[in-house]
Amino acid sequence: MIELESIHRIFQVGEQQVHALNNINLTIKKGEYVSIMGPSGSGKSTLLNVISLLDQPSSGKYTLNNQVVTELNDDQLAQIRRKNIGFIFQFFHLIARYSAAENIEIPMILAGIPVKERKLRVEEALVDVGLQSRAYHRPDQLSGGQIQRVAIARAIIMRPQILLADEPTGNLDRRSGEEIIELIESLNQKKMTLVMITHDEILGCRAQRRIRLVDGKITQL
Amino acid sequence: MMVRDTLSFSWTAIKTQPLRVILIVLAMSIGITSVTILTALGESARLYIVNEFQALGTNLIIVLPGRTETTGGQPPLFGATPRDLTLADANALYRSHHIAAIAPISVGAAPVSIRGLEREVTILGSTSALRRVRHLSLSKGHFLPEMDIDRTLSICVIGQTIKDELFARQQAVGQWLRINDRRFRVIGVLASEGQSIGVDFDDMVIVPVASAQALFNTQSLFRILVETKSKEGMYKAVDDIRELIKLRHEGEDDVTLITQDSVVNTFDEILVALTLTVASIASISLAVAGILVMNVMWVSVTQRTAEIGLLKALGATQRQILWLFLTEAAMVSIAGALSGLLLGKVILLILQVSYPEFPLYLPMWAVFSALAVALLTALIFGVLPARQAAKMNAVTALNKR
Repeated sequence: MIELESIHRIFQVGEQQVHALNNINLTIKKGEYVSIMGPSGSGKSTLLNVISLLDQPSSGKYTLNNQVVTELNDDQLAQIRRKNIGFIFQFFHLIARYSAAENIEIPMILAGIPVKERKLRVEEALVDVGLQSRAYHRPDQLSGGQIQRVAIARAIIMRPQILLADEPTGNLDRRSGEEIIELIESLNQKKMTLVMITHDEILGCRAQRRIRLVDGKITQL
Repeated sequence: MMVRDTLSFSWTAIKTQPLRVILIVLAMSIGITSVTILTALGESARLYIVNEFQALGTNLIIVLPGRTETTGGQPPLFGATPRDLTLADANALYRSHHIAAIAPISVGAAPVSIRGLEREVTILGSTSALRRVRHLSLSKGHFLPEMDIDRTLSICVIGQTIKDELFARQQAVGQWLRINDRRFRVIGVLASEGQSIGVDFDDMVIVPVASAQALFNTQSLFRILVETKSKEGMYKAVDDIRELIKLRHEGEDDVTLITQDSVVNTFDEILVALTLTVASIASISLAVAGILVMNVMWVSVTQRTAEIGLLKALGATQRQILWLFLTEAAMVSIAGALSGLLLGKVILLILQVSYPEFPLYLPMWAVFSALAVALLTALIFGVLPARQAAKMNAVTALNKR
């Protein structure tokens, strides 16, 4: 499903070239649970950005669902992202002026799904993440764990095949962090491909497949 | 993304910044208000003057003796000619079949007296056709009767002011009054028509044209008013009049013809130009408001960078983000335009109450163009910030906190 072939990503920082990704070859199959670990600055986030189509590699070939996506323009990528990829961020990224339900609805608004269906699916998603009683609360009225649940509901509302999580528990206390991980793993059990960035060894080891990045290179598959 | 969703998204974004939005709305409405008021004033002045000229009569041609070319000055003051316009000239004009009515006019001033009351009054000699040509109406009695143009008759029609001054509360019709040393019987009183450009019919005595000529001991006419049968016939009538006068004046074309519509058109054009100039000066304030819109949109884009990154991650295309921000700018500008129109209306209403004699009128096109200009301003000045948002790099935008 995800195939990366000799991917390089080079950033120009002042006069210096930073080789954030150095010849990455990686294949992730449908339904896999992969963790990406490594120290800060090892290129974890850059790799996730490339996989999520937010960033284009400097060279190499990326095939997603048998489609070469390295040649596509911004808007085409946006549409693939909309349908196929769900994001869970370390800093949640909810829109503060919207209620939980409205935040979950945003991807469907962008996709132009009719209002009726949107309402139905938001309700289902709220039940799935156990927040049906918090639908009309705004982010500032929710706890960190609840906010991340809203974000997860938003990530899965378009029923994507791939779920990308960037340090999903990084800003949560231990207990709510565990609940969130269990929720995310339960989604993986429903055949959703899960790629998770973490520098928490214990968390990373829960994945069936662990990838370690050092200086932009994969050192352990 | 549906239009309704775009609107509601922009609306919620606007609601989070009430003070800033009120300021743009204010700036925009000041611009729109000034454009509206100045356009209304210009347009009303134009209509006022055009109406005044049209009240002079319809399909009117004024024949003046003399011509600019004859002595180099403007008739009737300088363009003097050895050949005056005479009653015979006026009579001859009936030969043109485009002409419906002819009112020769002879003017002079003479003392008018009754029972010791005396007053210096403008005496206007004309015929029964004057009533038709100048759309005069009577409050009492009759106008000059139809009769031969060169017949003298000791009758007169007086204006409202003369009636009030000389007869006070008495019945005027049927009374005799004295003009110079001749006696005239009052047969009618004009209805008061208020101020009309040039001539005040209220303060005037109208007598048969031949009687006026006898009073002032002259053969010449001040001018001839001609009404044509139709608007189209006007230019043919002008040619006919020139031909006829030329024949009678030994082959010399020594009259000046003024058509009413040429006067009206000239004023019309001048005032339209004036209105547009004033409105464009006022629209400078709209440009200032536009720059404010741009500034506010820049701030909005910068503050919501993380949100833009999120939208991109969730699959928003560049076009969608562009429209979200343009819609925001447009909504604010239209709100400004509407409140500006409202404010303009209120100010016009106040002006109307303070100056009831000057009819104020805000043309529909001004309302629509004010709205269109506001919208255009928003789009022009909003497009740069919106483009910046649309082109933003998703990764850097997301990482900005």
